[in-house]
Amino acid sequence: MKLLDLFQREQRASAGEARERLKIILAHERSLRSQPEFLPRLQQDLLEVVKRYVSIQSDQVRVQLDRHDMMSVLEINVTFPNTALSGGVQGGGH
Amino acid sequence: MAKVIVVTSGKGGVGKTTSCASLGSGLALRGHRTVMIDFDVGLRNLDLILGCERRVVYDLVNVIQGEASLQQALIRDKRADELYMLPASQTRDKDALTLEGVQQVIAELSRDFDYILCDSPAGIERGAQLAMYFADEAVLVTNPEVSSVRDTDRIIGLLHAKTLAAKEGRKITEHLLITRYSPERVHQGEMLSLEDVQEILAVPLMGVIPESEAVLTASNKGIPVIHDETCDASQAYRDAVARLLGEERPLRFTEYRKQGLFSRVFKGGR
Repeated sequence: MKLLDLFQREQRASAGEARERLKIILAHERSLRSQPEFLPRLQQDLLEVVKRYVSIQSDQVRVQLDRHDMMSVLEINVTFPNTALSGGVQGGGH
Repeated sequence: MAKVIVVTSGKGGVGKTTSCASLGSGLALRGHRTVMIDFDVGLRNLDLILGCERRVVYDLVNVIQGEASLQQALIRDKRADELYMLPASQTRDKDALTLEGVQQVIAELSRDFDYILCDSPAGIERGAQLAMYFADEAVLVTNPEVSSVRDTDRIIGLLHAKTLAAKEGRKITEHLLITRYSPERVHQGEMLSLEDVQEILAVPLMGVIPESEAVLTASNKGIPVIHDETCDASQAYRDAVARLLGEERPLRFTEYRKQGLFSRVFKGGR
């Protein structure tokens, strides 16, 4: 069987690849699905407000809602690039 | 009260109508009064798979719009006594189906039948959502292939959000039906295994239908493949029907059987 395995090793990768790709994309799509519909708009609004003060890119504002049994946590994460702040403040901030 | 089961998939061409015809026939052969509704407005196909295309006079939209009674529109299957079907309309007007109309038809059928199978159109639009709206259970027809699995996942999302059951806080019982399965290609690592698909979608498995030439032959003839008892696909559909009825059946036709001298020489390895 070892000999056969050698021949098939090349092909064996493709089903594994399918599985891994699916897991990643479905995890992403499921997280989008469980979000309330206003979240993308909230993210856009926040981005515009922050932009008035600091120059940042659209992917640097992240908005995420984590649902728990008793409550939900709205996590807003704004990442400042080092160059965006004067006075030597290092990047990253909530 | 009938049990309403939607046969759905998201992706087209994975075997929804083929499966609906065989599951419906199987339920009827087991003595359950069963009716199948073709929801694919504009594209009528269930009638062809059942071989009753020349007996279609009225359709679902005619009934909803009051142009025909249910009794006039229902077609009785030639092979299974307890099986009826309600054909799709070929109108191009996609809005011809209304939620209220569908509700009325299902309520009326519910009085006379044990099972109502809703054969969903492909896609995730209105037609597919109407087909699933009143469902108590869902058969998710999926090929072991990336786009089919992804689309089934989208459909599961809709089942959880856009159905009457979801709105009333009930849970639709989901069944995974894997079709066009090739144990040989799975063995060779070229195809997602049933374990892979089941793990990714996290839906209980109701059946695995092996890739089979008999399926095309059956649709050519207009005889649901479940009637061709000699073929694996028929046996697999019979097993699936039994599981739908709550019986336990071991999986069949899912293991690759090595054949010939070559395989015998290498016997024992896996």
